[in-house]
Amino acid sequence: MEDDAPVIYGLEFQARALTPQTAETDAIRFLVGTQSLRYDNQIHIIDFDDENNIINKNVLLHQVGEIWHISTSPADKGVLATCYNKTSDTKVMTCAAVWRMPKELESGSHESPDDSSSNTQTLELLCHLDNTAHGNMACVMWEPMGDGKKIISLADNNILLWDLQESSAKAVLSSSTALEGKGQLKFTSGRWSPHHNCTQIATANDTTVRGWDTRSMRQIYCIENAHGQLVRDLDFNPNKQYYLASCGDDCKVKFWDTRNVTEPVKTLEEHSHWVWNVRYNHSHDQLILTGSSDSRVILSNMVSISSEPFGHMVDDDELSDQEDQHQEEKIKEPLQDSVIATYEEHEDSVYAVEWSSADPWLFASLSYDGRLVINRVPRALKYHILL
Amino acid sequence: MAAATAGSGAGSGAAGSPEATGGSTGGGGWRRPHGPLQRYYGPSTAEAAEAPPDPTDINGPHFDPEVFMTKVRSECPLGQLLAREAALSREIRALDSDMQTLLYENYNKFISATDTIRKMKVDFRHMEAEMDDLAANMAAISASSARVSAALQDRHRRGAQLAGVQALLRKLQALVEVPGRLRRWAGTEPARALRCHARARAVLRHYRHLPSFRAIEDESHAIMAELAQRLRTRLREETLDPKELTECVEMLLQLEEPAEELSEEFLSQAGARLEAELAALEAELPAADLSGTATTPLPPASDILDFVDRGSSAFVGTLCQLAGSYRALFGGDTGRLEPFAAALATRYFALLERRLSLERGLGDTSLLTFFLGCLGDVRQALAAPRPPGKEGPGLPDLLATLAASVLGQLKAVLAYVQLFTARDVAFASLPYFKGEFCVTAVREGLVVAFVRWLCRTARGFADGPAERGAPAAPPALLLLLARLCLDYENSTISYILTLTDEQFPPQDSGPAVTPGPALCAEARAAAQRLLDHYVQVQGAAVAQMLRKSVETRDWLGTVEPRNVRAVMKRVVEDITAIDVQVGQLFEEGVRRAQSSDSSRRAFSVYSSSRAPGRYAPSYTPSAPMDTHLLSNIQKLFSERIDIFSPVEFNKVSVLTGIIKISLKTLLECVRLRTLGRFGLQQVQVDGHYLQLYLWRFASDERVVQGLLDEVAASAAHRCLDPVPMEHSVVELICERG
Repeated sequence: MEDDAPVIYGLEFQARALTPQTAETDAIRFLVGTQSLRYDNQIHIIDFDDENNIINKNVLLHQVGEIWHISTSPADKGVLATCYNKTSDTKVMTCAAVWRMPKELESGSHESPDDSSSNTQTLELLCHLDNTAHGNMACVMWEPMGDGKKIISLADNNILLWDLQESSAKAVLSSSTALEGKGQLKFTSGRWSPHHNCTQIATANDTTVRGWDTRSMRQIYCIENAHGQLVRDLDFNPNKQYYLASCGDDCKVKFWDTRNVTEPVKTLEEHSHWVWNVRYNHSHDQLILTGSSDSRVILSNMVSISSEPFGHMVDDDELSDQEDQHQEEKIKEPLQDSVIATYEEHEDSVYAVEWSSADPWLFASLSYDGRLVINRVPRALKYHILL
Repeated sequence: MAAATAGSGAGSGAAGSPEATGGSTGGGGWRRPHGPLQRYYGPSTAEAAEAPPDPTDINGPHFDPEVFMTKVRSECPLGQLLAREAALSREIRALDSDMQTLLYENYNKFISATDTIRKMKVDFRHMEAEMDDLAANMAAISASSARVSAALQDRHRRGAQLAGVQALLRKLQALVEVPGRLRRWAGTEPARALRCHARARAVLRHYRHLPSFRAIEDESHAIMAELAQRLRTRLREETLDPKELTECVEMLLQLEEPAEELSEEFLSQAGARLEAELAALEAELPAADLSGTATTPLPPASDILDFVDRGSSAFVGTLCQLAGSYRALFGGDTGRLEPFAAALATRYFALLERRLSLERGLGDTSLLTFFLGCLGDVRQALAAPRPPGKEGPGLPDLLATLAASVLGQLKAVLAYVQLFTARDVAFASLPYFKGEFCVTAVREGLVVAFVRWLCRTARGFADGPAERGAPAAPPALLLLLARLCLDYENSTISYILTLTDEQFPPQDSGPAVTPGPALCAEARAAAQRLLDHYVQVQGAAVAQMLRKSVETRDWLGTVEPRNVRAVMKRVVEDITAIDVQVGQLFEEGVRRAQSSDSSRRAFSVYSSSRAPGRYAPSYTPSAPMDTHLLSNIQKLFSERIDIFSPVEFNKVSVLTGIIKISLKTLLECVRLRTLGRFGLQQVQVDGHYLQLYLWRFASDERVVQGLLDEVAASAAHRCLDPVPMEHSVVELICERG
């Protein structure tokens, strides 16, 4: 079975920020934010035409500064949030804002790429998340499965929960908490758990991973020394509520059961430099994607700790007798966690990997030199999981 | 004869003559091996079927003279006919004369036969009369014989009766004598008495309704009971050796004493005996409470070998003998024997263990403790603060001491254990002991297990819970252990194994042994793991320093650089120290040859010859890939650098690994910052300084160069106002610093 070749798209600037358009479930669309200190920064809306293997892009200007983090509303296709650097001669401040893209770009336009680049459009500012009192914004998280009204931002050592009001034109700080401790504590990243009615988030600072309850804004668990060095990223298993993946500067990816945090459930050591990003596949949580500054993207199959440790379960009533037998045979197959593929299309550090929100078998990775690579899960594995 | 002649005479003309047929079968002879035979004895069946009955064949069964005559007459020329007639008449004459000769001969024979018969007739008449006489005589003889036997019959019967009575009387006599004999033998030869009793018993029991026999039986019973009593008393004596004990019980069994009771008795007797032996063994051990107290335990009274030898020959021998005879005596039911033997054996082993524990320096546990002790010493030596001016013991010395003392201890233990295989020790000569002991116990259990354990312990320092809070092993210890494992792989393992095999030659049929190469591979893996870990730990330490220095500095508002930052000097110092440390234990390694003035190489972020577009991208949206084309092409041709990758066992490789980790960290950290003009210049200065001092440590200075170039490029990218410093100024600052 021949796999499709990866599709590569090059941006003219360095880039770190990548996100799928979360609210879009039909078209494959990614947003990339660039980093340039001397030119106007851009947000590239990348449409991928799966059938023809063609990329369509639209460019939006983001003039306020270079983008360090980008996230999209789970409810409104046109709304997104960025964390950007505001630089003056003596100071750099990372701020966050919520934006709306022009209406016609929400669902992608079908202009040819050449045309779209000539008439670049601008984002419409909805509101700033005022952080003057809180410090630099590390990331903005939208409430998963929510109505796009609640966001949490991490600013230095503060967790800020905002309510977006008046159709996102106003952001009201509804609650906040600060992480206290000796030394200068700074959150590096965080994720909002889709479980427990979206009342939990996890954050990373230095080598520690912490869980928080968003109702009380209290810490609910703490994994001290989760990694030997800095923790770079986290992700929640979308199907198993207590499972959490983390990655960091010790080149490892660790999987945790938040009910027992003394030891990781599993550890992966495949990368040869810092792991910047870890992502669970949204539907098949055995598929783990990691991006690293060794310029590689690795797709792993962690069957043994997934929600489908015995393969895809078919409901009983859907099974005829014959299928029943087939099912039993499948269950007997030994399970093995393994690296499925190592993607080496990048030549610089990969700072972001993301699964598509529309196609569970497709993912994008972004390296610092502005190269965006779209890859698919190998077909053999896809059919193995599905059938 | 006539036929043949006739055949040959007529054959020249007759196509169907036998000669011709014979010739044709002769031609077909090759087909059947028995062809010649058939030709001799007549036409084959096949031939007979082939050829129709030939009436002209003079020898054939279907010969018809009329047809033949007609044929001859009609076919043969006259000359031939005449010749044939002459031949025939010649033949007839010869036959006539032959017939006459025969007739005369027969007549003569007939005459002589007639004479003989006449003579025989006269002789037979005489013989008939003599035969009649003989018959009469025989009749007279048989009559007198019958008379004699009739007269003797009665007397013969009486004789037989008397003989029967005498036999019975003899038996009775024996029976009557039984008590006496029993009494006589009971004292001296109980076994004989038993045999005698066994023989008589059945008869006595059968005839017990007769008073006299009952008396005999009662008496013999009484004697036997007495005997049994005596035997029992004897059984309870303590001086019986196992053989006597067995005999005794065997006799009692023959006396139909209850087996159940006897087996108990037997076991208790045997138990007492074995207890005594155990007690004797125990007496040689110092009392248990004594060995527990702080006072020095008394030196064991006897040599350990003696002890084990005696134990195995006396106690184990007796136990086996007793168990064997128990089986023989009481059949297959071993329900009682097993717990009995098990209990005793357990006690024996406990004693043996106690005895062995008195021997210091024996067994692998002490070896392990010793090794750990050595490691502790080394660790302490490494951690001890060095008085200024006075160098502590160097790593090579520590390594040598460690290796030598471990090896010495191992040898000492081996030498000690070897005593067990000395020739004069009885159990050492048992074949199964030798094989088991040499291979399983010493080679596998002691030597191989020790090496494995050593590798595992060493690995433990690398895999250990270093990042989960436990105090991590000092890097120098990792390095030391890596070297130790490597030495083991290179030479020590094979040396130890050779030594062991010499001292404890493995048996041919012994169990499989772990081959040396497998152990070596384990040691190598451990060494590799340790060295990788060392690189990671040291790299992480340097990287941490760099990361903190980049993260905490305000790169925007910094002033113009006048010095190399202190942290860079510290990095160079640390790496130099690591270089010294590694150099003490590992070889130099191969460095890719480079021009000698590498240190002079310009570290310039803006050297115009190098990818000018890379650092000042022009905004050209229509051609997205253009700006990075040059740098991408450059990357295409440079090898991908794996940062945390396994290193080789040499100094250069180790140092290269550490430098790679450090510089990659610097690169990633710089990319996360925003720099002002002077920030960029500071990075430039720092980079040049690192370049000046680090290239000599790396195996390939291009790696250092490449990484530092990337740092510079990234710094330029992250700079708001990228104005580089003059190269000469950079050099000046670095030289001054």
